[in-house]
Amino acid sequence: MKKLINRQAGPVGRWALGLLPFVILAVLYLVASDARLDANPNDKLLPSLSSFSDAIERMAFEPSKRSGEYTLLVDTLASLQRLGIGVAISALIGLVVGIATGSLPLFRAGISPLVTGMSLVPPLAILPILFIIFGLGELAKVMLIIIGITPFLIRDLQQRAEEIPTEQIIKMQTLGANTWQIITRLVWPQIMPRLLSSVRLSLGSAWLFLIAAEAIAATEGLGYRIFLVRRYLAMDVILPYVAWITFLAFAIDFALKRYSQWRYPWFHGAQ
Amino acid sequence: MAAIEIKNLWKEYGQDVVLERLNASVEEGEFVTVVGASGCGKTTFLKMMLGTESPTRGQLLLDGKPIPDEPDETRGIVFQRYSVLPHLTAVENVMLAGELESSRWLGRVFGGKRRALREQAEEMLASVGLDHALGKYPHELSGGMQQRLALAQALIKKPRILLLDEPFGALDPGIRRDMHELVLDLWRKQDLTVFMITHDLAEGFFLGTRMWVFDKERLDPQTPGSYGARITYDLPVGNSDKGTLQSITQSVDSTARVLGA
Repeated sequence: MKKLINRQAGPVGRWALGLLPFVILAVLYLVASDARLDANPNDKLLPSLSSFSDAIERMAFEPSKRSGEYTLLVDTLASLQRLGIGVAISALIGLVVGIATGSLPLFRAGISPLVTGMSLVPPLAILPILFIIFGLGELAKVMLIIIGITPFLIRDLQQRAEEIPTEQIIKMQTLGANTWQIITRLVWPQIMPRLLSSVRLSLGSAWLFLIAAEAIAATEGLGYRIFLVRRYLAMDVILPYVAWITFLAFAIDFALKRYSQWRYPWFHGAQ
Repeated sequence: MAAIEIKNLWKEYGQDVVLERLNASVEEGEFVTVVGASGCGKTTFLKMMLGTESPTRGQLLLDGKPIPDEPDETRGIVFQRYSVLPHLTAVENVMLAGELESSRWLGRVFGGKRRALREQAEEMLASVGLDHALGKYPHELSGGMQQRLALAQALIKKPRILLLDEPFGALDPGIRRDMHELVLDLWRKQDLTVFMITHDLAEGFFLGTRMWVFDKERLDPQTPGSYGARITYDLPVGNSDKGTLQSITQSVDSTARVLGA
């Protein structure tokens, strides 16, 4: 028998081993839920599968009695809109400033210290300031995402731009390129796939800031709903919502990855 | 008038003298190979030719004027690595120079102009033997093919001087021989003035019209930086016998040992 450190799982084994923890967790949940509901049929902490499906039916597939809208759909659209606007604006700022500071030493000298300082401010600590300045509307929530992830994106992209080999920058000059052309024909196209991977890394924080902002001031949204029903200990709504958010995060990440592989084959092929 | 004139050229970094009292002149159409131990200023010399470093003392003249202190289209370059742009296909890499020239803002051209550029680029690629790889990205090409592409990309700009910085150092011996033939062929056909840095002495002897050996005439083993390297041999290639190669090899090797220790 081989040493444990040299043993690999086969293709079937890998799937089985990967699924095992999920199965164990699900079984544990069902057993614990049964036990609690046996003792107290009104227990809310670990709802049964049937109350989950009731809750999902109610939130996703029936119009709300109060407003006549599909609650899950409205919440999802509201949250995705905030997330999309916030991340898109951050990516744009990150791209422009990151390229400028990464490829032009004079810009780096002027802007980098400010960005480094900004990135050390905990964004949630200035959330009250955002609410005071921008009011309780959409702008404050989007601003929180922007303030939360832009410094990271700028610093990451600056570093990626600095990593472009000097040989290539010299090469461009020997082909007659001016500074603007070096940026538009060399730095920008090479940074784009790196921007996508930085955005993928920052999406986790973006969700965090979105849910935090919605928890405090919103009238719809995935984060708002979770914190609203918390008052009634409605675990049958909270857990499906968490699963839905997780799925959305996974889907966005997967889509960005696939897009990058399709659009920038030279980047993924060379790695 | 000589294409390149070097007049009493010095390069120092603080206390360390890298090159001292360099004097030479190179006519148009010459093919100069520069050999020497690592640390003897070959790369520094190349950087001064490129314009990314400037001389501490003395003059480096291109067509009678000081060489510009930043890279530009008068001097083309092929590096050992990273010479071609990974995000462009082979033909786009070669078209780039033309696009940059005719569109200062966009750096791109369209329509008939683009077709003309593409035709030129295809012709150039055919002359380096890459006509079968037009649409391939550099990462899909072998090391030798990438260097062929880099040559095509540099040559389409018709630079006054072509600089080669150990361009074949990372290639297998067989491929290296093919590349030597290609470079000699291009140099003859296009009347290029070439400087090629190499640390392969045999390569220096085989290629080109003239070989320079950079070596330290005076060498203090305790402080190797106190004297700089000079051009210790300036040989016309083809007229030298075996004995010269041996004595150069010995001298370069002993310098390399001191600098590498």
